[in-house]
Amino acid sequence: MKANCWIGKEHVSVETVPDPKILNQRDIIVKITSTAICGSDLHLYNGFVPTMESGDVLGHEFMGEVVEVGRGVNNLQKGDRVVVPFPIACGSCFSCQKGLFSVCENSNPNAWMAEKMWGHSPAGIFGYSHLLGGFAGGQAQYARVPFADVGPIKVPEDLTDEQVLFLSDIFPTGYMGADLCGIQPGDTIAVWGCGPVGQFAMKSAFLLGAERVIGIDRFPDRLRMAGEKVGAETINYEEADVLPTLKEMTGGRGPDACIDAVGMESHAPGLLGAYDRAKQAMMLETDRPIALREAIMACRNGGIVSVIGVYGGFIDKFPAGSMMNRSITIKTGQCHVQRYLKPLLELIQNGKIDPSFVITHRLPLDQAPHAFKMFRDKQDNCEKVVLKPN
Amino acid sequence: MTSAVYKQSQQLASGLGWFSVGLGLAELAAPNAVASLIGVQAEGSTRKILRFYGARELAAGVGILSQSNPSSWLWARVAGDVLDVSSLGKAMISNGNDRGKTLAAMAAVIGVTVADIRCASHLSKARSNGQVQRRSTAITSSITIARSPNDIYTYWRDFTRLPEIFDRLESVQALEDNRSRWKLALPMSRSLEWDAEITDDQPNSRIAWRAGSSSAAHSGEVRFEPAAGQRATKVTVKIQPQLAGPGIAKLLGVIPEQHVNIALHNLKQMMETGEVIKSDASIHRGMHPAVPADDYLDAGPQDAAMSV
Repeated sequence: MKANCWIGKEHVSVETVPDPKILNQRDIIVKITSTAICGSDLHLYNGFVPTMESGDVLGHEFMGEVVEVGRGVNNLQKGDRVVVPFPIACGSCFSCQKGLFSVCENSNPNAWMAEKMWGHSPAGIFGYSHLLGGFAGGQAQYARVPFADVGPIKVPEDLTDEQVLFLSDIFPTGYMGADLCGIQPGDTIAVWGCGPVGQFAMKSAFLLGAERVIGIDRFPDRLRMAGEKVGAETINYEEADVLPTLKEMTGGRGPDACIDAVGMESHAPGLLGAYDRAKQAMMLETDRPIALREAIMACRNGGIVSVIGVYGGFIDKFPAGSMMNRSITIKTGQCHVQRYLKPLLELIQNGKIDPSFVITHRLPLDQAPHAFKMFRDKQDNCEKVVLKPN
Repeated sequence: MTSAVYKQSQQLASGLGWFSVGLGLAELAAPNAVASLIGVQAEGSTRKILRFYGARELAAGVGILSQSNPSSWLWARVAGDVLDVSSLGKAMISNGNDRGKTLAAMAAVIGVTVADIRCASHLSKARSNGQVQRRSTAITSSITIARSPNDIYTYWRDFTRLPEIFDRLESVQALEDNRSRWKLALPMSRSLEWDAEITDDQPNSRIAWRAGSSSAAHSGEVRFEPAAGQRATKVTVKIQPQLAGPGIAKLLGVIPEQHVNIALHNLKQMMETGEVIKSDASIHRGMHPAVPADDYLDAGPQDAAMSV
């Protein structure tokens, strides 16, 4: 089959690799109809995630048709159309029983690597480094899906691929970002990053009852999308200072909750941005936490900072004093996608949201290397790329 | 030598190590101040020499502080002391230097030299007597599994199923009288066999064994205890390799803690999900790309690629 492989820093390539096979009883094989490039794939592309091997198949947002079923799977059949959640979860361990699927205790065969880096291991993730299991990803014509009796959700034929594909990651991830904010009627929610996850976080904040939503970014097209498609107010951080602007917009109090939908490759104008870039380049910190710092400083006293942007290692100049003295709560995690699949599918079916609004580019899988570069460099107003492998 | 003397020498060594670091930094960063302290003129060449000596001191200091028995670094300090004394002697006879200060510096260096020699010779003796403090080599690892102690005990007590969870364990054969025969696959198509004997067997609670002779010799135990809140079972494995011989770990080329830790994760997967989960990158040993493999069924152990 054809698959998009990570070759090295800023180098991906569509290669011919063997077709996947059933390795465990609860596996299925999916023939992929649609797959996408995630913002977090850019962290791999830019070389910020350790334990990648040249040749790793990328991709963790995919859906398709079941073509092979392991003997331990009773709820799916050949021909079913499924969307696959990006975290792999067994469904029976302590974490899964609590609904914390992205920290499943059993789905990472390389748990020892993650334990060295993070103390304990989270769940395995498709196409996302060996630290997270070394599973071949879904930017391919076929993929093997372990614990298929727990993860994949069947989707009805009357919904298009583009309407349901993002159930695999970015829609639930954005939704969880808003869900963690414990939104009360009348709340104002600020969201750092108007990439696809930020767009879904803003949309979800409204769905969960927020009165005002403020999106922060520097790309005019992304801010326009936040305004026109989501109905958010926006701040371009290259034109206005974020903290005083947010203070002014919220009458001095600050947003009730702040969502960091940026993660470890934050940008900032001026000295602070240069400082973090230099430290990251010298390996003195692994992640650039500019958005997170700002989110904590901006949040109202006693408010919630929800972190759904991906971090990998260590950060510097963390405003612990602001967090502690002002009773800030920080909530975070890779999305527990399995928990949100059904309710979010219902929202799509009821017409409350059509997630396809974030798509700007549709390309064949062969074009993946071009698509990665375009998405990374925000060329051609690129917000979200869907790849067609078959 | 008594262990008290050994400990004193270790403490003295650490003091000398820090002294080296401090002096080294001073010579590197402030050669002028050091020169005036020892009564020599701070010319360009003197500054260079002082900086060079500073680097030497710093290296010796770091060497002493980072070794469990730093006797060789202490001997390096003694050689450095000799160099210092001779340089100071040379400074005494050249004009324009403050001889009083230089003499005081020389006396100080000679004093330190005596301490260095005493400490280095004590630690050298300790090393040749094998009186070096070894880190305990016992391996302990624990995991919490959502099954009853009985279920997990029963799985483990069978022994013959353990190859499912222990990498490279090829087979375990039950023999008579609480004995069993274990066969381990080693790199380069070698293997290692040993017999083990159960020394304690408390159903649903503890199994202890003593194994083998030669390089595989070890004793071990596995305990099964109700975890906090009674929701699960805490499984703890403790293995004490015998110090003689290279040990299993060395033969395997793996970090033993990691080997046991991975086996416990596998045990948990086996008990909670019914099998050990595989990923595309964990089908074969060693690091290889996360790509579906077309040869996984007939592929044997890939020893050449082993890098764990």
